Amino acid sequence: MTSDHATTSMAGDHAVDIDKHVRVYIMVFVALMVLTVVTVAISRFHLPVPIAVTVALIVALIKGSLVAGYFMHLVSEKKLIYAVLALTVVFFAALIALPVFTTSNTFGIHDEIPVIQE
Amino acid sequence: MEIPYTVEVRRDTGLTNGKIGIWLFLASEVMLFGALFASYILIRTGAPSWPRGDTILDVPLATFNTIVLISSSVTMVMAWASLMRRRFGTFRLYMGATILLGLVFLIVKYFEYGHHLGLGEYPSTNNFLAIYYTLTGLHMLHVFGGMMVNAYFWGPGAKLWKTNPVWFTNRVEHSGLFWHFVDLVWIFLFPTLYLL
Repeated sequence: MTSDHATTSMAGDHAVDIDKHVRVYIMVFVALMVLTVVTVAISRFHLPVPIAVTVALIVALIKGSLVAGYFMHLVSEKKLIYAVLALTVVFFAALIALPVFTTSNTFGIHDEIPVIQE
Repeated sequence: MEIPYTVEVRRDTGLTNGKIGIWLFLASEVMLFGALFASYILIRTGAPSWPRGDTILDVPLATFNTIVLISSSVTMVMAWASLMRRRFGTFRLYMGATILLGLVFLIVKYFEYGHHLGLGEYPSTNNFLAIYYTLTGLHMLHVFGGMMVNAYFWGPGAKLWKTNPVWFTNRVEHSGLFWHFVDLVWIFLFPTLYLL
């Protein structure tokens, strides 16, 4: 599925492989549509914010993994690409963790605003 | 001067230069959107109150746009698969569909923006709208950029198919990687802004 595959498969050797992949693309498409409906349906339950955030992110992660894995061919990529992405994930996680840890005690909910006594 | 390693892979990386280049670019894009998502978390968690997205934004319209963008990802990957099968006519159909679906996405956003601006809801109105306009605006620019590249490969850039079909197929694959990334960003933007 990678570019080097393109070099060899242009000769027609991998025509059957491509047919298999096309079937996978269609299955992934159906899964993404179902998960989109699930995402909207869950939001109708009006769950508490922390639970709603967790569930929405889990569904989005599954959808994102399907796109990255199959449409972007990450399931069959070279090691160097994985290394680049691993480094990106580390820095991305640090970027997101910083504000989460800074304000984790007030995640999305402020029932009471503390009053400063003068 | 001929560009090296556009068709054959490098021995050290096992990849063409174009492939490693687009992935490095996408890594920088992850950090760009990551910085904005981090800002969103900081602003939201620091706010005394925060509205649910569905009380301000149009969820059915955004759901429609989600379906449009996911469909465009499928047509994009099918365009690449068509080239792998050496079916140039089918490639043109799928690539054309991808560009049109991108256009539908932008038209829907135009009406969405128009509705909010008509109500006097500007980026300066509140933090929620500031985040909404910034994230969706940047995403829209990416959709527009992807459409321009895809339109080039659908039109004048397709001449390469006659002289070097493998290189052309690789270029379409790289363009597709960017397009799928744009879809991936929307998959996270949609629940974050519209549903939570």
